[in-house]
Amino acid sequence: MSILALKDSRSLTKDRLAREARRTRASAQPGLFGIRSWKKSRLVMACVFGLVSVFPLLYMLSLSFQPTSDILTSSPVLVPTHPTFQNYVQAWSENSFSRFFLNSLAVALGTVVITVLFSSFAAFAFARYRFPMKEIIFYIFLAALAVPSVELIIPQYLLALKLHMTDSLPGLILIYSSENLPFAIFLLRGFFEAVPKDLEESFRLDGAGPLRVLSRLIAPLSAPALAVVAMFTFNFAWEEFVVALTLINSPAHRTLPIGLNFFISEHTTQWGPLFAGSVIATLPSVAVYFISQRWFQRGVSLGGIR
Amino acid sequence: MSRIATPYGLLLPAAFLYGLFIIYPIIRQFDISFYTWHIFPGVHNPFVGWSNYAKIFHDPAVRTAAWNTFLFLAITVPIQMFLGLAAAALLTDRLPGRGLWRALIFLPVVTSWVVVSYVFAYIFAQQGGLANAVLSLFSGHAVHIDWLAQTWTGNAVIWIVSIWKGVGWSFIMFLAALDGVPRDLVESGRVDGASEPRIWRHVVIPNIRPTITFVLVLLVIGASQVFTQVYITTGGGPFGSTSVLLTYAYQQAFSFFNFSYAAAIASLMAVVVLGLSIMQIRLMRRNDDS
Repeated sequence: MSILALKDSRSLTKDRLAREARRTRASAQPGLFGIRSWKKSRLVMACVFGLVSVFPLLYMLSLSFQPTSDILTSSPVLVPTHPTFQNYVQAWSENSFSRFFLNSLAVALGTVVITVLFSSFAAFAFARYRFPMKEIIFYIFLAALAVPSVELIIPQYLLALKLHMTDSLPGLILIYSSENLPFAIFLLRGFFEAVPKDLEESFRLDGAGPLRVLSRLIAPLSAPALAVVAMFTFNFAWEEFVVALTLINSPAHRTLPIGLNFFISEHTTQWGPLFAGSVIATLPSVAVYFISQRWFQRGVSLGGIR
Repeated sequence: MSRIATPYGLLLPAAFLYGLFIIYPIIRQFDISFYTWHIFPGVHNPFVGWSNYAKIFHDPAVRTAAWNTFLFLAITVPIQMFLGLAAAALLTDRLPGRGLWRALIFLPVVTSWVVVSYVFAYIFAQQGGLANAVLSLFSGHAVHIDWLAQTWTGNAVIWIVSIWKGVGWSFIMFLAALDGVPRDLVESGRVDGASEPRIWRHVVIPNIRPTITFVLVLLVIGASQVFTQVYITTGGGPFGSTSVLLTYAYQQAFSFFNFSYAAAIASLMAVVVLGLSIMQIRLMRRNDDS
């Protein structure tokens, strides 16, 4: 990612923070259009956008409850006519799917813990200390936003071979954490800088060291930002495909995204269990999203995270 | 710990991970692209200079993959931006159920690429797929298109999944930007009798231009990295005709063990993408000044 874009995005971040504050006032003002007569057609179009966005996911849900005979018929069934839990039973018991689920959970939680801890330390250093090469180091961290996982998979694979880290869940955790550090440090630095300096001074006067200041003052005050980082990191690790596909060989170490592949063989695809598995794989991220949508959407608009 | 050592100490864990798993691989990728690299230890790896790069320009499969990557970018990026901005414009004002529409439009962004690729692969399946059924219904006779097994239809499915999953992201970015457009400027424009399109051209668009640049650059970078949806839906087939640069590089590395050639492709792409994004920002900046 070019440094120029990031500079833009940093100033954007500040603008947006100011806008957040204005938002409550803005919503009371007349809107961007202010024309009442457009309301009905706007509502219809919003409906269309919403339905198109949700349809494939609802269809997946519906398919996961259909028997194979309905799924393979030439006239597709939209709403299950013979609803069954068979696909879920089969998905969960066959192919050690429950194992994949636990693997994914362990990898995602491990990645969240390491990313949140390490990025808080680093963001704290960038936000509160002056030291030589500070901005240069910061931009080196950000540079990787342009080089997502797929691009570096070859050298990462060779490195993992050398470190005897292939086919291991801790190996995945370390690589996922490294890939999430840049955006986490970028987002947290801004929030940490916003914590008033005099609060920190009074802590310091009581003899608190840097780690105490971070854990007792800065982190609690930046809880929403830490939550955003945790949610995004969890989602990233939960759905990551390429690194897992390349590094993991043995079935016992598969994560969900590559575990789904087990339902597909050369000649036939077991669509029913595949979609039951897909629903199971999708539930955690969708649940987290609906519980904390506001934070999620704000995280995206603040950090430009994808 | 002295005052100056503290910040470096705090940076150390992150810097260590980042250096080992991101910076070192970037350099390593360039490095091995100049050798004929064998994955087995103890085998001699001859230095071959730029020949891996020269090979890229004479490889017809690369031409196909580069063309598909370009098409993907040229089609999905503008459509995502347009639909994202349109949805944001719809929902920036009060509307019944605004929160719900917002949540639903963003929903595809939080789902996983793997899962939605499977769902769309089924929707466009030859047997029992929804797409063929709908076409049959409208055309009045049975349609049996094998979408994923043909070049153009396969590409189209890849574009459709990607646009469907991508719109929500641009939407949220533009929604935040539209929120920041000064309402008094818009109002005074209206009082002066300016038409809605004029207000958009002269007030709204200039105000959200930084976001437009930012979204464009990030979408272009993202589009050039397209991988998972191709890998899962068409697998690059038939005969590599829907492959994109990264699926081709991946295949070279992990199916044919041409690690150096794949590394050369990936390195060249990184340089091109970096150049593209710098160019985009320059161009948008110049438009701003004039």
